[in-house]
Amino acid sequence: MSANTVQHNQPGATDQSLIRNFCIIAHIDHGKSTVADRILQLSGIIEEREMRDRFLDRMDIEQERGITIKSQAVRVPWTVDGTEYTLGMIDTPGHVDFTYEVSRALAACEGAVLLVDATQGIEAQTLSNLYMAMDHDLTIIPVLNKIDLPSAESDKHAEEIANLIGCDISDVLRVSGKTGEGVSDLLDRIVTDIPAPQGDPTAPARALIFDSVYDSYRGIVTYIRMIDGSLQSRQRIHMMGLGTTHEPIELGVISPEMQPTKALAAGEVGYVITGVKDVSQSKVGDTITEDARRAQEPLPGYQDPQPMVYAGLFPIDNAQFPELREALDKLKLNDAALIYEPETSVALGFGFRCGFLGLLHMEIVSERLSREFGLDLISTAPNVPYEVTGEDGTMHRVTNPSEFPEGKIKSIVEPMVAADIITPKEFIGSVMELCQDHRGIMGTMEYLSPERVEMHYRMPLAEIVFDFFDQLKSRTKGYASLDYHEDGEQSADLVKVDILIQGDRVDAFSAIVHRDKSYSYGVMMTKKLRELIPRQQFEIPIQAAIGSRIIARETIRALRKDVLAKCYGGDITRKRKLLEKQKAGKKRMKMLGHVEVPQEAFIAALNTGEATDRDTKDKIRAAQKAS
Amino acid sequence: MPFSVYIHVPFCMRRCGYCDFNTYTALDLGGGASRATFAQVALRDMQLHRRWQEEQGIAVGPVDTVFFGGGTPTLLPVDDLISLLGGVRSIWGLKPDAEVTTEANPDTIDADGLARLADGGFTRVSFGMQSAVPHVLRTLDRTHTPANVEACVRGARRAGLRHSVDLIYGTPGESLDDWRTSVQAALDLGVEHISAYALAIEPTTKMGRLIRQGKLPKPDDDDEANKYEIVDSMLEQTGLSWYEVSNWAVPGQESQHNLNYWRNSDWAGIGPGAHGHYRWTDAHGEIHDWRGSEVLHPRPWAVQVAQGKLPVASQEWLDDHAHAEEVAMLGLRIREGLSVQDLEEAAGRVLPQQVIARLVHDDLVTVRVTDTPIRPEVLALHQAQDKHVSMSQTEYGAAASFSTSTSSKPHPFAPDNSAIAQQGYDIRLVPTRKGRLLNDTVIDQVCQAVGLW
Repeated sequence: MSANTVQHNQPGATDQSLIRNFCIIAHIDHGKSTVADRILQLSGIIEEREMRDRFLDRMDIEQERGITIKSQAVRVPWTVDGTEYTLGMIDTPGHVDFTYEVSRALAACEGAVLLVDATQGIEAQTLSNLYMAMDHDLTIIPVLNKIDLPSAESDKHAEEIANLIGCDISDVLRVSGKTGEGVSDLLDRIVTDIPAPQGDPTAPARALIFDSVYDSYRGIVTYIRMIDGSLQSRQRIHMMGLGTTHEPIELGVISPEMQPTKALAAGEVGYVITGVKDVSQSKVGDTITEDARRAQEPLPGYQDPQPMVYAGLFPIDNAQFPELREALDKLKLNDAALIYEPETSVALGFGFRCGFLGLLHMEIVSERLSREFGLDLISTAPNVPYEVTGEDGTMHRVTNPSEFPEGKIKSIVEPMVAADIITPKEFIGSVMELCQDHRGIMGTMEYLSPERVEMHYRMPLAEIVFDFFDQLKSRTKGYASLDYHEDGEQSADLVKVDILIQGDRVDAFSAIVHRDKSYSYGVMMTKKLRELIPRQQFEIPIQAAIGSRIIARETIRALRKDVLAKCYGGDITRKRKLLEKQKAGKKRMKMLGHVEVPQEAFIAALNTGEATDRDTKDKIRAAQKAS
Repeated sequence: MPFSVYIHVPFCMRRCGYCDFNTYTALDLGGGASRATFAQVALRDMQLHRRWQEEQGIAVGPVDTVFFGGGTPTLLPVDDLISLLGGVRSIWGLKPDAEVTTEANPDTIDADGLARLADGGFTRVSFGMQSAVPHVLRTLDRTHTPANVEACVRGARRAGLRHSVDLIYGTPGESLDDWRTSVQAALDLGVEHISAYALAIEPTTKMGRLIRQGKLPKPDDDDEANKYEIVDSMLEQTGLSWYEVSNWAVPGQESQHNLNYWRNSDWAGIGPGAHGHYRWTDAHGEIHDWRGSEVLHPRPWAVQVAQGKLPVASQEWLDDHAHAEEVAMLGLRIREGLSVQDLEEAAGRVLPQQVIARLVHDDLVTVRVTDTPIRPEVLALHQAQDKHVSMSQTEYGAAASFSTSTSSKPHPFAPDNSAIAQQGYDIRLVPTRKGRLLNDTVIDQVCQAVGLW
């Protein structure tokens, strides 16, 4: 089919038997976007010369990191045996933090393409997304990508996949997104294998909101999957969950740019713009129906995502607080999983305590806040939610160390996760050691293939959000992959470690850690801060304390000399520019009392790592002895 | 306003490993730029400067000071140096008591050459001694010996030239005793002027590379602070007083040329990469403040001069804000100190007395009351501000809070600006030794206090 070909199946008038809706499940870097781009090109809706590299990933951050955050839904024509079919391709995120978003995309599909890099094999997160797709009863089409690479081990990984989903090795398709090989077979298979939607075309309209995106020109763009009935472009629509009614400004499909249409019918995927700019007006998981002829029952709703990780976000310049609120409101529209409420820190001023799905989610949100909204932020060390019961029996939910109750504690309950780790077998020992260090309890272990194993652990979530993933990667030369999901809770012996700078407790540095680790945490944080905080005109003591007991201490000696550079041959301009630059740098520091603290110090707690040098080990031992 | 001329001679026998100055070792750089033709081109350059000054309406009188720097000016024949000085005399005129200095590498000049310089009108010579310790000199790639330096100083004295030596501290491998040895050696020479500079590691130099590769230890700020305190104590005890952060002299022997830089005077910068500065009021009463520097490489420099074009490569017209920053930055480097009324006038804001008290309390500056009356426009500023202060004392106090130890105990010297204003005399802030070592900190606090940063 060429780009000039007229599409016969018109939106709003396409029979469900000609529709196939699918998503692609893949790990980061396994080539999903390349394959998706190739599909767009083969279908003729974009030509090669106008094919932007990785067309579907629209956001800069996604392109840079090679990951997709937001799903997009593209309408793609494909002809088999002279019949034109309409494929709804829904792009899905591939990272562990975005399980929730994947589930929304899955609910809008009848089938899923399982895309696996032929050089690397399946990864832990792909596996959990695959299981989720199977739970949704989706038809799975297994595909190996990157078969053009010399390092591809297609037979080996085809066998691995066949074992996993219980299909024949010959059912595993082999494609190359780069060269295009096998992609048209894949499209044929999508048509033949994936069932057509089975909605009731004559029933009152019901459409599932699976995503919504804020566009600064158009307001909210809401992505929907029509289940039953149809919507016409001029009909008033009703959001069943919120109970609101809107005049739609535009109804349309994406192919591959936004195209307004007169209608959307059962089985089709498209978008609706209502013109509302208020972020709370488009709730993901809600059901849209026709206002004049309302459906009786909403579609089964989505689960609201539960934040797994909390952190404080504070503008360096407190005057930016209202801007931060506005920015979060806008991001929230794109990101149903983000939650936030105002927070005040003695050290950092006004900010928000935010709940995230995981560390990557947190990183992406803060990066978007700084890049898209120009905000200069400090983010505090991440925290998981604890249930702390005091001796008097009162229960506190603690999502922030500053909420940790003073005085005697009866019990602390922390959230647990079930962690699945896939690793080449030679790293089994290192992974076991790492998990043990992180209070993990080993469950079973299975060989996926003679070379690779999947290990199951039960671990405190707090151990994972700290620096577990980085350490896992470094101990396995980057080969291991990790997935985790909630798995109840346990009570644990946890304490709050405070950090004091010049004798003043800095709430932003307080952390809740296991008692066994509190000494090393205290020693390493104080050492790290000593490195990160520049010397100032006076001596700065840095201490770590549990309650009133000091467990570690470092001192930043007073600065004795700053630049005494000669102004070469009267180059006074250079000196002035240097001073001005230095000043600009200082403005990015946070004043804690009278101490200037660089932003990096606030994320230092994320990377306290392991004690390697002698001094650190000695100090940790000394602190433990003193207890 | 005094007027100075700086002439940059961009030639060296070899490049020292720490040096990133604009200097070249080739004899002939092409395009008419060579050691042999340098003086001719530089003379033409002076004429171009003079023409430019006239076009701009900058009236500069006879020259107060001339300074030949480099590079190694003494690589030029003595006659060339003298004819360049002749050029200055014929183009701008030279005051009878003008100070005329050349830098000299002890390797490249002898007693005879020094005598001829004195006869030719030079009054002062500054020797690049750097150190008296052989292993330190080696690390610095310096080829002269302590004996050379001694011969040179003797020669200068015999010729009637004022003389100075430059020292460098903080060279990798230099111990505190090495440094004491060097300072003592300089004192033993009987010089009346010593400059001591902390070694600045420039990333583009050989030394910068060696340090990056870990082949040489990195200079340490604390070590350099110790060495600064050593040289300051040893020199002050011997009667050489500091008059600029890195310069000490027997009173009366200060380098006037050097001071003119810090007093923000005017000077013409002649030669490749040379910087110049003018601040003047034009016929319409408008103030202009110009800093610029000449083309760096001698060849394009010579080509432009040959074409009759003033070889300026970069220039900056300073606005009020930049000027005020410079007033603070320059004034706080010298013993004369920062004139508070100059700063206040430039910044358009009063320096709050709490800030002065804090700086004094932190032992960063001392306050000197002068007998210079406060100008009416600055008095007006104080009166306006006093009103403001009494209206919103707290807001004002907040603006003056700093990153220093906060104790609010009263200091014996807590000057009251308005009291001084009533007395009608300007005060000056003079950096203490600690304030010299932490000069950037002092500048930072002062600039912040008058709303510049």
